[in-house]
Amino acid sequence: MGYLSVVVLLPLAALIWSSRADGLDSFWHQATRPEALSALKLTLGVAAVCALVNAVAGTAIAWVLVRDRFPGKSTVDAVIDLPFALPTIVAGLTLLALYGPGGPFGVDVAFTRLGLLVALLFVTLPFVVRAVQPVLLELDTEMEEAAASLGAGPIAVFRRIVFPNLLPAILSGVALAFARAVGEFGAVVLISGNIPFKTEVSSVYIFGQLQSGNGTGAAAVSVVLLAISLGVLLLIGAFRRWRTRHDGV
Amino acid sequence: MRVIWIALLGVAVLAGSAAGASKGGSVDLVAYSTPKDAYGKIISSFQKTKGGSGVDFSQSYGASGDQARAVAAGQDADLVALSLDPDVSLLVGKGLVPKNWNANSHRGIVSDSVVVFVVRDGNPKKIKGWGDLVKSGVQVITPNPFTSGGARWNVMAAYGAQRRAGKTDKQAIAYLYKLFKHVPVQPDSARSALQIFAQGKGDVLLTYENEAIYAEKKGVHTEYRTPKATLLIETPVALTKSGASKPAAKAFYKYLWSSTAQKAFADQGYRPVVKSVAKGYHFFKPPGLFTIGSAKLGLNGWVKVNTRFFHPEKGIMAKVERSIGQ
Repeated sequence: MGYLSVVVLLPLAALIWSSRADGLDSFWHQATRPEALSALKLTLGVAAVCALVNAVAGTAIAWVLVRDRFPGKSTVDAVIDLPFALPTIVAGLTLLALYGPGGPFGVDVAFTRLGLLVALLFVTLPFVVRAVQPVLLELDTEMEEAAASLGAGPIAVFRRIVFPNLLPAILSGVALAFARAVGEFGAVVLISGNIPFKTEVSSVYIFGQLQSGNGTGAAAVSVVLLAISLGVLLLIGAFRRWRTRHDGV
Repeated sequence: MRVIWIALLGVAVLAGSAAGASKGGSVDLVAYSTPKDAYGKIISSFQKTKGGSGVDFSQSYGASGDQARAVAAGQDADLVALSLDPDVSLLVGKGLVPKNWNANSHRGIVSDSVVVFVVRDGNPKKIKGWGDLVKSGVQVITPNPFTSGGARWNVMAAYGAQRRAGKTDKQAIAYLYKLFKHVPVQPDSARSALQIFAQGKGDVLLTYENEAIYAEKKGVHTEYRTPKATLLIETPVALTKSGASKPAAKAFYKYLWSSTAQKAFADQGYRPVVKSVAKGYHFFKPPGLFTIGSAKLGLNGWVKVNTRFFHPEKGIMAKVERSIGQ
């Protein structure tokens, strides 16, 4: 607990402290400026879409990695974690080269909201995969076989047997992916275009406020971002616990 | 195992003290990122002079605003080389740099540059002057002036050039609104902007002449045009209070205006400020060159410009940014 306080709680407390340095009115004013609100909406929206795509794609990847056999599987399994190891600014640069105006595929999504999503999908890929994989490994195939022998089709087996078992893991992966997407800076700063009201996300907005000497404004938006993320994380956590209890019945 | 660690630690401490005890002393240089190569050369040639032999340098490079804030927060610095005056002023305000830092014969300015247009090979859109940037179908890349201190030079060049052409303050501001409608991407720094332009985005990149020269050296397929009316970029260097008490730091500071050092800057694309050195290089002198201090053009120096144009909330550029997104 002491460790947690020093590593996480203390910096967060300091952030909240600095956000209210100019009084509560100023905090509110800074947090609700039109640019700030629009960046916040965009950030949360893209993060939510990113988390949802991850929920589907991440589960599918985990499934293939656990249930299928194919050559090079262990390499693919290792590659999943690479987005974690790559400095995100390098990821941004690479994605810009691939999906930017001079890209080899003729796809130009750079400086649009879609480009933003692509960058976030790249950096958040491992979360759902790594959350679902161990659960899937533990999952007894006998249950599925029993259901199949009783006449359930593959869709019914997945919906009734596999999915309910995986859901808590998917949700925790989704929560992590969402939180990471909300705070991501390096991967998006190059590809997002940074036009206020269009492609400027909160992290870049905050960076701009810091660079312009508006530390309180930066802290205020950060606190709002954290508060909303905390709310979402708590909600997902509560839902997960509810589901887990529900499963026992 | 533990013994080995302690032994290693001992070696590290010895090495550290040996470095600290070198006879020439040590100098902490904190600088913005683009002149890194120039400073590298200047330092090695300084170390070959009498005053510089045996002097150790610790060098730190990064975005100008970040570097200034790091020093303000306590990073050791004897000499600060920043991209614009307000970053030095921040340190003056914190009492780390003496008020009279710009009292030498070059007003503390160590190199110059100008705002230029980088265009595609062969200049297909025929960009020559400021008016061409706001023609329909022209895309301009310039960094966000709130994330990049250096991008403020571009904005003020655009404004000043309009005033220089006889436009009123109101008309010049209207030009800024129009210009930023042509900006599809606002990268976070001058280097990112160059990266994005090299990647194929945009028709014109607004940047400093030294960045344009750097791009040519790196083989980016571009050319650059210097508009007739443009802003003179002046990059300051200051001795901090700790640096002022170190003979080695003081000697190095002086050395920056020596012909060897000025040549090193010029070789990296910066305009030397020492006239005898500048003669040897043929930088184009735009007829309508103006400075950020020009009262006639309504600029009146960085303090005034920053509050009027770049206040994050009430500044003219904050309003311009709001107008393009909505």
